[in-house]
Amino acid sequence: MKSEIIEVENKLNTPSKVAKRNGPWKDVWKRLKRSKMAILGLMIIITLMLIALFADYIAPYPYDRQDLMNTFQSPSSENLFGTDEFGRDILSRVIYGSRVSLLVGFIAVGIALVIGGFLGAISGYYGGRVDNLIMRIMDVLLAIPSMLLAISIVAALGPGLTNLMIAVGISSIPTYARTVRAAVMSIKGMEYIEASKVSGSKDIRIIFKHIIPNSLAPVIVQSTLGVAGAILTAAGMSFIGLGIQPPNPEWGAMLSGGRAYIRDYSYMTMFPGIAIMITILALNLLGDGLRDALDPKLKN
Amino acid sequence: MIKYISRRLLYLLPVLIGVSFIVFTLLYITPGDPAKMMLGEQADTEALEELREELGLNDPFLVQYGNYIKNIVVKGDIGTSYSTNRPVLTEILDVFPNTLKLAVAATSIAIVLGIIFGIISAVKQYSIIDSIITVFALLGISMPMFWVGLLMILLFSVKLGWLPPSGLDSFKSLIMPAIALGAQSIAVITRMTRSSMLEVVRQDYIRMAKSKGQEEHIIIFKHAFRNALIPIITVIGLQFGLLLGGAIITESVFSIPGLGRLMIESIKTRDFPVVQGVVLFMAVTFSLVNLVVDLLYSYVDPRIRN
Repeated sequence: MKSEIIEVENKLNTPSKVAKRNGPWKDVWKRLKRSKMAILGLMIIITLMLIALFADYIAPYPYDRQDLMNTFQSPSSENLFGTDEFGRDILSRVIYGSRVSLLVGFIAVGIALVIGGFLGAISGYYGGRVDNLIMRIMDVLLAIPSMLLAISIVAALGPGLTNLMIAVGISSIPTYARTVRAAVMSIKGMEYIEASKVSGSKDIRIIFKHIIPNSLAPVIVQSTLGVAGAILTAAGMSFIGLGIQPPNPEWGAMLSGGRAYIRDYSYMTMFPGIAIMITILALNLLGDGLRDALDPKLKN
Repeated sequence: MIKYISRRLLYLLPVLIGVSFIVFTLLYITPGDPAKMMLGEQADTEALEELREELGLNDPFLVQYGNYIKNIVVKGDIGTSYSTNRPVLTEILDVFPNTLKLAVAATSIAIVLGIIFGIISAVKQYSIIDSIITVFALLGISMPMFWVGLLMILLFSVKLGWLPPSGLDSFKSLIMPAIALGAQSIAVITRMTRSSMLEVVRQDYIRMAKSKGQEEHIIIFKHAFRNALIPIITVIGLQFGLLLGGAIITESVFSIPGLGRLMIESIKTRDFPVVQGVVLFMAVTFSLVNLVVDLLYSYVDPRIRN
């Protein structure tokens, strides 16, 4: 009897039973894994990235190979998605199009995140006049609907991949500046920041070592959904002829090209649209999942 | 209230000056010579130089910008189109009704359907109807509006022949563009309404009302919905900006002569005054809508009023 009790006590005290200390990111990953939809989104995005990366090996034909004997071929075993008005293989163009869309999405958000995040962090950390100045400039940018701002910037710089990324990136700077600013402001007042200050840390160290890592959650969610938004904006701009220029394959531009033949060759307006939808859907699923996983209110 | 509105309007002034400065600068650095644009490539140098002088294109940047602002303030003149020689404001006001019609129709559809779907989805949480609405809302935010437009043209114009594929001259022709433009907003408002309602339904005063034996529809609309409104209004306000931007693309899909088409054509012909004018005009519209949204807040939630 006594030995049993001791055994139980031992069991209770063994260190292995003391909960393993997980890093915060492990917790997030654990919570994210619970959402099937988020994992589905993540898997689709990884697949799309692989497709974009290995487009040269996956695509059955070069994206710009014209075959004027075989224009407007309906989907068949030769051309799974059919061919367009120049006899180009639509499947190959959709595959190469993933490169452009993902590149624009991630780089544009990267630009917005770096510049907007920097401005937002300074604004939130220093407050006062600096904050006021930066935020008033952001107000001006926010007064122009972002699609309109992106279009104006492309109008000035000219169309093309690089300019499209810059335009979409700049037009979403204010969103990130605001998100980061709010996050920084909420952390700035915490005691551990105070402690770090008192022990003589420099501002730079406090910002990079304490504030940025702790304010990442809302920024990550914003960025995931932001990539989706950037891809949509870029596709929209290519659709109206202010983005990627032909013959480069871009989903929005392909839809714009297919529009003229919608009456007789409607398959041309199907596949690029489905490609956009799947990409955006995956990013939204992942973004939603991340929001739930990162939201401390739902922490158990 | 009047004090608040006038203060907000006053604050709008520096913002709009900022907007005009950004847009003016952007188009100033744009390559291309408006004088050549107007007279053609073969025009002789003398005529070009004369026109440049007349348009003030030879002045330093700040002088040009100063003149631009001066004309707006003194004469309410936002410039003259290079290609049609008509005042920019006239060009804008000619086509604005079409964009307004489109934006208002899309916003109304989005608000009405979004709120209805959101409430149904929240009240019947985890039911089949909730799942269907949730899936459609997810698809709605994932489909680009120009694709929705093309698919509708394919179905309702090409295959069924029910609705005209382009133009905006009848009520019938407004249906598809408004839905295409509003689709994403319907989805966003549905999602926000659903989550906001679910949040409110958990509160004690709802349980209280239920235990008192209050009828369900009164609980939903009077107790829950009114308290769930603030985040819904916020999202509606944000959507309007997206709608204005989206109108540019929707107008292109359905060949509607509106602000968006005017802007794209002006960009392609390098008609800078018109581009500037459209952006400024849309920024003013957008800012005023935001002001209305803020006023709505205080109407819905008296706590914000002071």
